[in-house]
Amino acid sequence: MKKRNNNPIFTAEPVARLIEAFQELPGIGPKVAQRLAYYLLQADREQAVGLAEAITTLKEKTSLCSVCMNISDSETCHVCRNPQRDPTQICVVEKPMDILPLERTRAYTGLYHVLHGTIAPTEGIGPDQLKVKELFSRLQNGLVKEVVLATNPNVEGEATAMYLQRLIRPLDIRVTRLARGLPFGADLEYTDEVTLTGAIEHREELA
Amino acid sequence: MSAQRTYRTEAIVLRRTEFGEADRIVTFYTPGHGKLRALAKGVRRPKSKLSGYVELFTHSSLLMAHGRNLDVVTQGEVLHTFLPLKSDLHRSGCAFYVVELVSRSTVEHMENHPLFDLLLMTLDHLCHTEDTELLLRYFEVNLLQCLGYRPNLYRCINCNILLQPTAHSFSPSGGGILCPACAGAEPLVRPISVDAIKVLRLFQGADYATASKVRIRRPLTSELEQVLRGYIEHLLERRIQSAAWLDRLKQGTEARPPAAAEP
Repeated sequence: MKKRNNNPIFTAEPVARLIEAFQELPGIGPKVAQRLAYYLLQADREQAVGLAEAITTLKEKTSLCSVCMNISDSETCHVCRNPQRDPTQICVVEKPMDILPLERTRAYTGLYHVLHGTIAPTEGIGPDQLKVKELFSRLQNGLVKEVVLATNPNVEGEATAMYLQRLIRPLDIRVTRLARGLPFGADLEYTDEVTLTGAIEHREELA
Repeated sequence: MSAQRTYRTEAIVLRRTEFGEADRIVTFYTPGHGKLRALAKGVRRPKSKLSGYVELFTHSSLLMAHGRNLDVVTQGEVLHTFLPLKSDLHRSGCAFYVVELVSRSTVEHMENHPLFDLLLMTLDHLCHTEDTELLLRYFEVNLLQCLGYRPNLYRCINCNILLQPTAHSFSPSGGGILCPACAGAEPLVRPISVDAIKVLRLFQGADYATASKVRIRRPLTSELEQVLRGYIEHLLERRIQSAAWLDRLKQGTEARPPAAAEP
């Protein structure tokens, strides 16, 4: 990342340093960075120290779960440790963040596997750069009955899903893909053809 | 006023990068503005009206507004979704390769109608052609032509002698063929067969309907691929990233698990 050095003249060095650090974060521009820095300057000591501590522990106390590659605070993550979860289902997601919305639904009770990316040939990212071999070795124990591919419904996500499907097919494990259809509250008029084609193909009988 | 603030253009999506909370910066290829980067706001939200138009490989008609730094996509209409490029692993691999070549070899705001037509034609045929290799080679030859790097295939680029039908050498740095007498002096040359030269000449001159009638067999396909890829990588001064994935798909090794996963 480029080093932006446009603050030091106008403000004290520690403030300038914090402003610059904030600016490195995604989605934060110079104005927001300044506002945050000056806010912390006048905020309680506890708040500022708490934030600093939270940032340090974030790096020190987390690692990847040895089973599903999710972010974890111990050897295995809370999902993999939970005996209530169904070990015959593995849901494959692109990044750790994708687990949150799936968990919020409370509709999925199986385990997860995080790939940490998608196949992106133009960026030089292939299966070897992803946690594919970790997934593959998890499937060897004969316990897993179904793999749910929950990569994003875009070109890279589809390519990844198709690749994994080919990889898993010989193992005699059911491979499913999240349905592609209309989001709740959508408008047909503004729905693109790809989505609509998916919605028609995967239409459901109203029972 | 409004006529100046917005403009309409056809566009094919080459790349997308995430930006901000839910936006993407999309790299398009357009006929009148060449490569064009624009901001597509909110397209990562599921209910976005734009997301369908700015998906990779999609050909659409867009209404753009001039922005301070980047232009902004405001409305759109899909012209071709090229669905097979998204639902077939091999075809999608080819399409990644095609858009990467266009993206890497062009600069922004440089009008190039023939290149746009070539890209559109290539993606269109890529959806259903049996012989994706031939199409990719045809695309490469004509891409070079659109960019002004058409290789000289009739005379030796060093001594200008008319080439005889024997094996010659291809020089990526010279952008053409060297006759056997001149080949020794140049480093980086690679041998090229008479058949390969003939195919390249045909691809340079013919439209795709004619070019697609030739049947190219195994050793010749990989020779052509190596010659053209070597030349293009020499011009771009970098490796083509998606070529590795394409090679893997072609070898059929993609269905094999990664090496370390063997129990």
